[in-house]
Amino acid sequence: MNAVSLTLSGIRLEAQASGALWWADRRLLAVSDLHLGRSGRQARLGGALLPPYDSAETLDRLAAAIDALRPAVVVCTGDSFDDDAAAGADDPALDGLVRLIAGRQWIWIAGNHDPAPVTIGGEWRRELRLGPLTFRHRADPAAKGEVSGHLHPKVTIAGRSHRCFLADGRRIVLPAFGAYTGGLACRDGAIASLMDPGAVAILTGRRALAVPLPGQSSPRAATAST
Amino acid sequence: MSALPPVFRDWFAARGWQVHPHQQAMLDRAGEPALLLVAPTGGGKTLAGFLPSLAELASGTHCGLHTLYVSPLKALAADIRRNLARPVAEMGLSVRIEDRTGDTSPALRRRQRADPPHVLLTTPESLALMLSYAEAPRIFAGLRRVIVDEIHALAESRRGDQLMLLLARLQRLCPGLRRVGLSATVEDPAAIARFLAPHPAPCAILAADPGPDPDIAMLHTDAPPPWAGGGGRHAIPAILDQVRRHRVTLIFHNTRAQAELFFRDLWLANAEGLPIAIHHGSLAREQRQRVEAAMAEGRLRAVVCTGSLDLGIDWGDVDLVVQVGAPKNVKRLVQRIGRANHRYNAPSKALLVPANRWEIVECQAALQAVRDHDLDGEPRGPGPRDVLCQHILIAAAAGPFDADALFAEVTGAGPYAGLARGDFDACLEFCATGGYALRAYDRWQRIVRRDGLWQLRDPRTARTIRMNLGTITAAETVKVRLRGRAGAPLGEIEEDFAATLSPGDTFLIGGEVVRYESLREMTVEVSRAAGRDPKIAVFSGTKFATSTRLADRILAMLDQDDWPDLPDHSRRWLELQRAVSRLPRPDRLLIESFRAEGREHVCVYGFAGRNAQQTLGLLLTRRMEEAGLHPLGFVATDHATLVWGLDPVLDPAPLVARRALREGLDRWLEGNAVMKRTFRNVAIIAGLVERNAAGARKTGRQATFSTDILYDTLRRHDPGHVLLQITREEAMRGLVDFGRIEAMLDRTGERIDFLRLGQVSPLAAPLMLEHGRVPVEGAGRERLVAETAERLMRAAGLA
Repeated sequence: MNAVSLTLSGIRLEAQASGALWWADRRLLAVSDLHLGRSGRQARLGGALLPPYDSAETLDRLAAAIDALRPAVVVCTGDSFDDDAAAGADDPALDGLVRLIAGRQWIWIAGNHDPAPVTIGGEWRRELRLGPLTFRHRADPAAKGEVSGHLHPKVTIAGRSHRCFLADGRRIVLPAFGAYTGGLACRDGAIASLMDPGAVAILTGRRALAVPLPGQSSPRAATAST
Repeated sequence: MSALPPVFRDWFAARGWQVHPHQQAMLDRAGEPALLLVAPTGGGKTLAGFLPSLAELASGTHCGLHTLYVSPLKALAADIRRNLARPVAEMGLSVRIEDRTGDTSPALRRRQRADPPHVLLTTPESLALMLSYAEAPRIFAGLRRVIVDEIHALAESRRGDQLMLLLARLQRLCPGLRRVGLSATVEDPAAIARFLAPHPAPCAILAADPGPDPDIAMLHTDAPPPWAGGGGRHAIPAILDQVRRHRVTLIFHNTRAQAELFFRDLWLANAEGLPIAIHHGSLAREQRQRVEAAMAEGRLRAVVCTGSLDLGIDWGDVDLVVQVGAPKNVKRLVQRIGRANHRYNAPSKALLVPANRWEIVECQAALQAVRDHDLDGEPRGPGPRDVLCQHILIAAAAGPFDADALFAEVTGAGPYAGLARGDFDACLEFCATGGYALRAYDRWQRIVRRDGLWQLRDPRTARTIRMNLGTITAAETVKVRLRGRAGAPLGEIEEDFAATLSPGDTFLIGGEVVRYESLREMTVEVSRAAGRDPKIAVFSGTKFATSTRLADRILAMLDQDDWPDLPDHSRRWLELQRAVSRLPRPDRLLIESFRAEGREHVCVYGFAGRNAQQTLGLLLTRRMEEAGLHPLGFVATDHATLVWGLDPVLDPAPLVARRALREGLDRWLEGNAVMKRTFRNVAIIAGLVERNAAGARKTGRQATFSTDILYDTLRRHDPGHVLLQITREEAMRGLVDFGRIEAMLDRTGERIDFLRLGQVSPLAAPLMLEHGRVPVEGAGRERLVAETAERLMRAAGLA
């Protein structure tokens, strides 16, 4: 299987090459930072005019991840919509989202771009506790057993920048799943100060691959096994 | 109107000047509807163009605009204004001459619209703007003549295509309009005449005496040039010596970055402080104007410059032209050489400075071509349709139009004489809906048909259209300014380069080292950082490919038994290649394969020019990927393509088979970056995306981003979209240049010289040092990433 296994607070998880996190025991799939409707928002702000196909592409990839694993629960850890208006927008691509939501538990976690409840279906939460794990948008530096998003982490290996998961003994940060989102280099201070020494980055794309988190020194406990 | 009015005769006589025969001929034939004058640089071409206008205006009876002069350069318009002012004043003619370019103040532009001068000097872009206003018929009423200067340069670009569309429009507004084209020496004057002619009328050609042959040589330097790269900095002592020995020297470079680096090092070596300036298109207008003024006043001994000075600015005292770097194109070289010595009967003096080993060979071939009067040129196809789309929008901005009338007008322009009605209608449809995939978005529905006439759907669109006029799509740039409340503007740098800078980084602009402080509202703020080593400025001018004719000469030269004309180090280099491997031959394709630096390499000596070699690199790596050879990247120069990867190439014949390359091209063309870059330019010109969004809130990076997505979108949902068709046509003849790969295959047939070597060959070695390496995304790269990841995990004790 094209994924890297991780253990967080005793729970076995898989970082998928698609950028989704899979909790097999609960058949739970977590994705972050879909940024649906980004092009529409930029058009509303008078900025770059993107055609509205970004949402369609993001949803195509999400549908592929869902088809592959058939989750009972999908958790979107925030910034699922680029702004509150996007969640109500009549973008035909969002019809596809409704089809994905149907027949499973779907939980939207509030992000900084979409702080208000959505009207599109599914449940809305500020954060979600499940067993020893907490899902929230923005990482809390003091938390343990936390799955978050927000940072859009990226790591450069062999001259290439890849979206990646970040993982240490206390937390997992998910990569951005949305089609046209930017990224934050792992060397950035915001990431370096959040993650423990010995943290790993897991590359996404065609293959999931674990690498040491760049800029971290003195590796200690190994948290990942490939 | 053949006789020169007495006041002119007296003026010439008072200076002891004679009217050149071609100047007289221009007066004699002033009534021709279209006339092309071909004369060498310095042949009094501009005056020849203006004499008939001045003679007609001398009577003082003409009201309003009489002559429109269009040049490709703003600087040229300003220069001509200065040069005409003197004779006009001295002859006491009451002729008003003004220029109007992007540099003209808004107040003056408004006045010119209300009260045009007798002679208006402008650029194609400013003319497009003037014709986009509803009052255009009033501005141009009474116009008799239009003079297109440097038409040989315009005829090679979309700017010329646009200009010819604009002239067709003017011709309809002023049916008696006479056209004059002024051209430097070119290989095919008839093609330029067809370009200029108001189709189907013919255009007569008038050829001036070409003058004496230039005095041209290669500059020999104590230090041999480096193996790779450009810049010619090794030649600075020798060039300074030449500057000392001449009155005024122009030092041409092929790119702006090279000009900057050279200029800085020239100043470090300029112990006696000779007044030397720099001039290129990225510098702020104020900077350029200062240099131009100083040059006009004779205060400079040398100017380091780029193509921005290629065209006919008359700086009479120039007595030496130095070309640093291979000229790439003999015609352009001859035109540059003509900048030296504007005395009609004296030979121009020029020196070539090859910047690396390959360029020594190329410079030698170029010298021979100049001596043989063997000019090169690649014929251009019909006028591109993205320019036509823009023209339709310009027409709509000026007022409602009838499609049949506009089609008739457009086909009166030389480059569009063969335009099919169906293609015209497709462009019209694009302007009306944006095309099938975009028809749902009203922002692309610019024009509608009401009562049989096409017009702007929303009149406010006119402003957007005007702000996006023109066909120049240089790389996106940001302004550079000194920090402080009223910091002096220094120039512009490419946005991609600006994005690589962090506070504290230093780079060169206008010959000074500056430190990056911040990026604010599309302006880079810098402070002076004297004496620091700069990070290199990568903003570049256009990269030209070595012409076919010149490449053929290089191949013929390499085929010689010995090279008595080349310096010793170059002869030894070629002899070593002959001993270690083989020399490329005109009728065979040399391919070398070897292992170096821990990677397998294969080098294909196609001599097809930079763009085609680049395409060859993309196609080869694709074929290698399919063959499981794990290519990792390639680099292309004008002469060869070097590919590196994880596995050796042992049988290159299937890789370079014509059918394989053609098939590869078809599949590859769709998704690649060259196409996206070409599409971006096409999309901007055709008005699909804006280059200047109102209030400049969109950065070029965002524009690039969105045109990439538009490209992918159209490719997926509307593969027949007219802009995709244009992109393909453009890429084939421009950046992709597949025609030259075909020509290479015609030349070499199936005859391949393949050598598996135990080492890097002498000819391939410089390629290993070239910039501009292109990575290949594929299985090889994935394997490398996986291996790297594993190594890192192991090293960190995590795996």
